[in-house]
Parts: sequence; C-alpha cells; structure tokens
Amino acid sequence: MTKQIIVPFGPQHPVLPEPIHLDLVLEDERVVDAIPSIGYIHRGFEKLVEKREYTEYVYIAERTCGICSFIHGATYCQGIEQIMNIDVPERAQFLRVIWSEYSRLHSHLLWLGLFADSFGFENLFMNAWRIRERILDVMEQTTGGRVIQGSCKIGGVRKDISNEKLDEMRRDLNSIENEIKNLTTVFLQDDSIKHRLRNVGKLSKEDAYHLGAAGPTARGSGVAIDLRKTGYGAYGKLNFQLVTDSCGDCYGRCAVRAKELFTSIDLIRQSIQKIPDGSIDVKVTGAPNGEFFARAEQPRGELVHYIKGNGTKFLIRSRIRTPTLTNIPPLVRMLQGCELADVPVIVLSIDPCISCTER
Amino acid sequence: MTLEIQETVPVEVGNLIGKVEEFRDGGYRLVQINCSKVGDVYEINYSFDKDYVFKNLRITVIADTEIPSISGMYWGAFIYENEMHDLFGIRVKGMNIDFKGHLFTTAVKFPFSIAPSTPVKGEKP
Repeated sequence: MTKQIIVPFGPQHPVLPEPIHLDLVLEDERVVDAIPSIGYIHRGFEKLVEKREYTEYVYIAERTCGICSFIHGATYCQGIEQIMNIDVPERAQFLRVIWSEYSRLHSHLLWLGLFADSFGFENLFMNAWRIRERILDVMEQTTGGRVIQGSCKIGGVRKDISNEKLDEMRRDLNSIENEIKNLTTVFLQDDSIKHRLRNVGKLSKEDAYHLGAAGPTARGSGVAIDLRKTGYGAYGKLNFQLVTDSCGDCYGRCAVRAKELFTSIDLIRQSIQKIPDGSIDVKVTGAPNGEFFARAEQPRGELVHYIKGNGTKFLIRSRIRTPTLTNIPPLVRMLQGCELADVPVIVLSIDPCISCTER
Repeated sequence: MTLEIQETVPVEVGNLIGKVEEFRDGGYRLVQINCSKVGDVYEINYSFDKDYVFKNLRITVIADTEIPSISGMYWGAFIYENEMHDLFGIRVKGMNIDFKGHLFTTAVKFPFSIAPSTPVKGEKP
C-alpha cells in the first residue's frame, strides 16, 4: 500500500485571494482526500443585527462582500420588503437588475483574470481586468461607489439613473461587448488553456446537485439552476437562457462564466429598454414582524438571506448563506483523485469568496 | 408583493431523519441549515429546493439537546452542522466531518448561544 502523507494547502497561498486551509491527503502525487478548514476571517456580521436597526443593516449586508456587495444589499432589502409587504416601484426594480448585472460582469471579469493568472497567462489577466475597469467606472458614475455602492435601500433605491445616462450606458455596452468577445474567444478556444483545464477537477451532474453546488459550479456540471429564473425583482419581465456546460471540469466552469458575461449584457440592454419612468422608492414605516428566506442569484450562485423580525427595529436573526459556503463540499469532491499540481486551479475554479462565507 | 411561497413544517427531533430522507428520496437538494436563538430555545431550519419550490423543516430544541446529523443523507451538510456547533453550541451527533469546534475561530466561545462564555483576558480564542 502506498504511504499516505498530508500536505497543508493554505491558508496563505499565491492563488488564494483570501484564506482557506486544506489538508491534502496524498498518495504519491495524487490527492485522495481533502479536509477543508475556514474561520480565519470570521467577522461576526450576523451578530450586528442586535446593535443596528433593520434599516441600517443594509450597509452591513452590503459589506459582506467586496465584489457582489450590491446584490447582498438588494437581497436583504427584498427579504425585509417581503415581510413588511412593501411594493417597490417598478423603476427601482429595474435599476436593481441593472446594478446586479453590472456586479456580475465585474465579478466574472475579476474571476477570469484571477483564473488566467492561476495558470500563468498574465496577458489575459491584465486584459480581463482592463475591461473590468470600464464596468467599475459605470458603477462609480451611477452610484458613487466602485466597490460598495450604497444605492439600495428598503423600499427602493437611493439614486436614479437619468435616461440620457442609460442611453450612454447602452452605447458603451457595444464596445464593452466587443472587447469581451475578444477576451472570451481566448478563454474558450486557446489550445493551451483547453489543455490545462480539460478533465481537471471533474464534478458529475449528480454530485453537483446532491452536494449542493451553486451558480457556475453547478451549471458547469450541467445542473440548470439559476435563481433569476424565479423572477424576483424585474427578472420576471426579462428573457434569458441559462448557460450550462456538461463537462463538469474546470474548463466547463470557466466556459459558463465566460458565456454568462453576454447574458448579463443582454439583461442590462433589456432593462434599459423596458425601464419605466416613475418614482424610485416608497416611504417605509413600522418594523418587520415575521421571517423570510430571501434568495437571489449572485455571480457565484444562490445567495440566501434569512431574516427574522419581531416587530421591533432590531431583527432577531439575520443569517447569510453564501454560495461559496455551499460550494465547499463539491470542492472537496473535485479534489479527490486529482494531481497535486492541479489543486490551485481547481480551488480557484469555484471562485471562492471566503470573506463572504465567514461573514 | 410575493417573491415565492415558502412552506415551513415543524417536526420533532426524533422524526427529523425520516423527514429528511423523504426530501432526499423526492429529489430535493439541500439549500441550507440555519439556527436561530428565539427566547430560551433554538429554532433550526433545514431548507430544501426542487425546481425552485422552497420547503423548510423546523426543529425547536432547548440548550444541550443533541441532534442527529443529516450528513449521511446530504454529504455536504457537515459545513452547516459544524457552523451550528461553533456559533451556537448545538451538539450534532454523527457528522461525517467533525471539526470539533475549530471551523470558526471566535473570541467568545459559542457567541450566538443562549449563554455565551466570557472571554478571558489574554487567552487565545
């Protein structure tokens, strides 16, 4: 029997933007098991509901993540609005979709850059992040913030986008789309990238479903789940096709994210075309009394904000279940049987956001 | 406005495994497990989804109740069960991966529990 050894991977590693630790059980160069550990950056966000009023907690919710911050805030607001039976104006719903999809573009481009960096394709990394800057510029111009937008509030949104600015954004999307086409062509067709990613970190469709995989990790294994299809916000008024890939390997997960960039651009275009005039918020009075599991599709997958109130200004409970948390068990399955040299690429292929996960 | 209908079914701790088996056999995926402190008790929600239909099982337990792990049916449940243990002090029996309190590092032991411990000055958490 081959001798087994344990190699620690992380919490500090060049490929990891945030700390996660894996004990890799090896037989020669082959990983036979991986035991994950997190907990290095637990911030106790959920505890803050005891000290911040439910209206202020939007800012806390947004700061759960520095990449998909807007979607965290919007999902929290959706949950409170559901409990308090608040009808959000339609214009605000469309604005939320626009900013959510810009967040997805930003997140996927950031990940594509990091992923290229993980297999040594520095030029591709720089090009992905160059395009991402254009997305962040739009976020900053329309909300005032590149990373934390602060534009969502219970009952609607804080800021409107003028129709002239929406037209400008629509025109800019054409050149952004062309740049993304050039970028994704390399990701999807370059032989060296295919060679590096094909059949690496395989996750079957059955495993992806039963282990609770979410987002591109699930869709990259052929599981067609996307919470936007439930029609929350203004998504019910927009048409889009789910992007899936049946490979279940690192290439499949990369392909899903690359193709989803075009879905996001299309959703923004549709929103700009359909957004009605009108108010962007409603006055909110009272306090939430009840509970709801608010669900939304983050760039990394299904996000759940569980909110429970008792009629006072302080919630009893806010629980944030992020997609990375639920993607950790599938990651362990992907690592079983892989080569040690493939571990960094496989870990990055789930787009881990550990700060989100630990909250 | 209604985002989606969410059904929550209260179950006894002793019936939990049987009910979870029904969800597994019915093709549901595990969305999440979460624990909430409500007065003197803990509410633990097990959430499942199939074709965007969202359902919950809820058990209500007092402190020091040992609950069974569902990681035998949903392998990935260990991540939520360890979290419940580390933040609330809920004892979960039979987890497939047991971090023994080391998944989350917190300054206060079981910070969300009904009676969290007081940190000792100078002691490493």
